Amino acid sequence: MRFVLSPEQHQFASALHELLAASDVPGAARCWAAGEHGRGLAIWRDLAGLGVTALAVPEAAGGLGAHAVDLVVACEELGHHALPGPVAESLAAVPTLLAEAGEFPDWLGGLADGSLIATVAAPPDVPFAADADAASLVLLAEAGTLYLGKPGDPQRSLDETRRLFPVLGAEVLGTGPPVSRATSRALGLGTLAGSAQLLGAGRALLEMAVRYAGQRVQFGRRIGQFQAVQHQLADVAIALEFARPLLYAAALSAGGPAADRDTSAARVACAEAAHRATRTALQVHGAIGYTQEYGLDLWITKVRALIPAWGSQSAHRARVLAALTQDGAR
Amino acid sequence: MNTHMNLDLDAEAITFRDEVRDWLAAHVPARPLPDVDTEPGDAAHRAWERELAEARLSVVSWPSAYGGRDASPLHWLLFEEEYHAAGAPVRVGQNGLFLLAPTLFAHGTPEQRDRLLPRMARADDVWAQAWSEPDAGSDLAAIRSTATRTDGGWLLSGQKTWSSRATHADRAFGLFRTDPAAGRHRGLTYLMFGLRTAGVTVRPIRQLGGGTGFAEIFLDGVFVPDTDVIGAAGEGWTVAMSTASHERGLSLRSPGRFLATARRLVDLWQRAGSPAELRDRVADAWIAAQAYRLHCFATVSGESRPGSAGSMTKVFWSELDVALHETALDLLGLQGDPDWLDGYLFSLAGPIYAGTNEIQRTVVAERVLGLPR
Repeated sequence: MRFVLSPEQHQFASALHELLAASDVPGAARCWAAGEHGRGLAIWRDLAGLGVTALAVPEAAGGLGAHAVDLVVACEELGHHALPGPVAESLAAVPTLLAEAGEFPDWLGGLADGSLIATVAAPPDVPFAADADAASLVLLAEAGTLYLGKPGDPQRSLDETRRLFPVLGAEVLGTGPPVSRATSRALGLGTLAGSAQLLGAGRALLEMAVRYAGQRVQFGRRIGQFQAVQHQLADVAIALEFARPLLYAAALSAGGPAADRDTSAARVACAEAAHRATRTALQVHGAIGYTQEYGLDLWITKVRALIPAWGSQSAHRARVLAALTQDGAR
Repeated sequence: MNTHMNLDLDAEAITFRDEVRDWLAAHVPARPLPDVDTEPGDAAHRAWERELAEARLSVVSWPSAYGGRDASPLHWLLFEEEYHAAGAPVRVGQNGLFLLAPTLFAHGTPEQRDRLLPRMARADDVWAQAWSEPDAGSDLAAIRSTATRTDGGWLLSGQKTWSSRATHADRAFGLFRTDPAAGRHRGLTYLMFGLRTAGVTVRPIRQLGGGTGFAEIFLDGVFVPDTDVIGAAGEGWTVAMSTASHERGLSLRSPGRFLATARRLVDLWQRAGSPAELRDRVADAWIAAQAYRLHCFATVSGESRPGSAGSMTKVFWSELDVALHETALDLLGLQGDPDWLDGYLFSLAGPIYAGTNEIQRTVVAERVLGLPR
């Protein structure tokens, strides 16, 4: 047993952090929200240069065929910086879907080298395709059939950098049990990647709130000296600390018999921890946190929008219990 | 980029786990032992400890010289999982095993270890802890009980309270003020004393659940030889804090206990007809128990954390234990299942003992997060 990240994985996360910290992601996110994707897509190309877009693409198709743990490490860091774009869709769900549902070497190659950004709708769990206006490949997986998708008009999203599009099937790409299996695997990996984004975003919110509480002075003291503030932040730290091992364990069991149980458990915990982080970070900041100028809103709205993105919390809890009561004690 | 992360057990770990599992299956009493805080319960639990010790299973993580097996932290976790999954009796010696023993290994003399540890491993000596005083609870450094110098040792005077197991235990350990002129944290000394020694009066305290799991200890000129001081005189605070971090960390609250309880909760939910209105809470309780277990695996794998990270663990398991039992009570309604009722009452103490959760959150805020003091 060795239940810790390798030094290489820590280095990978640090490299992504340094790249994103130097890329003005918040500025790119504001443009993305206004429908101008150029700056955000440039960051995506830089990430492709570090191999991020190739992680979940099989080696035979020009990708890295990396372990799900590597994917989780990357997606946590993208969540940490609230990167705009269809992260879990293009980096996790679509590569899995295409690799397992049929023969799509060109698209997989494009995903791997970063020239193709893709999104997917898979009702009922994923009823809309995120960022279909920024993606160059839109898919629909429904009732055992994979379609090339035609997006309709977007509906309003809490996260303005993540627009949600209804999708109609325009052309059948494949159908039958392999497509059903591939869809189920793709949803699982998408859920895992989304959970990692949530954990990373939660960590960022905690960091920002701790920094602010250490500087802001009221009543002649830094507000981080007040226990009313300290204890709320401690509870966020505890929630994140205990969500992380569930996330890694789910990555280890991806594709195995306990995958559903572990992925859903991780999702529930990561979403709860990130949600607590949003409420606490906003409360600790006070009014300044409620402004776009400060930027906390990018993380707050992304977290709240990602929580229902890959199935509701209740659906995931039900899945955990279904797995537990099916196979006995474990 | 190849990942080396894994949760797999090697052959050695599996062999050890299976040996423990088989032994427990053959030896765990079919009917629960009497309450450990009664005279017959104390005797029955000591007998159980001797049985464990004869199988060299009472202190698996200790060196073999003291009756252990030099088990790695991972093997210790596996032992605990099996122990709790088997529904084995509460460890009557837990104060000694999990609080005093780590202190003796870190700060004791070879003579102390040789004299005390083998007897502890067989429950020939059962130890009580004597930390708190009427005016020193969360603020432990406010201790007023004194140890004054005498020929060949010290004389203890004062009052200790909330001393777990003290009613039936043989000996106790705690902090005493040896230099009243020194500052709050200085001038304290870590001492061990006999509970049946002249000058000691133990008064059991009836707890919320009706039992007498803790007691008051009155000390009036109780003699302690120099050989029963741990560490140097005046260094007691430092010595005690190493014990306290064991208490908050892995030792006392093993994940096996919570996962076993979570599995019982899932079974209870299923037997109650899988009521939809409690599904979310049952799932959350199991998820938290699993999170705690995995977190322990990360810890024994050597994940680097500040020592004060144990404070996060303490808040997490104590709240988890309450949530598990609260959910069970809501599933049971008015059915009086004694295991769940007793477990619930016990869980209520968790957020208080071993350092209140408020103290722990302050430690997390200041030492883990680096917030200003």
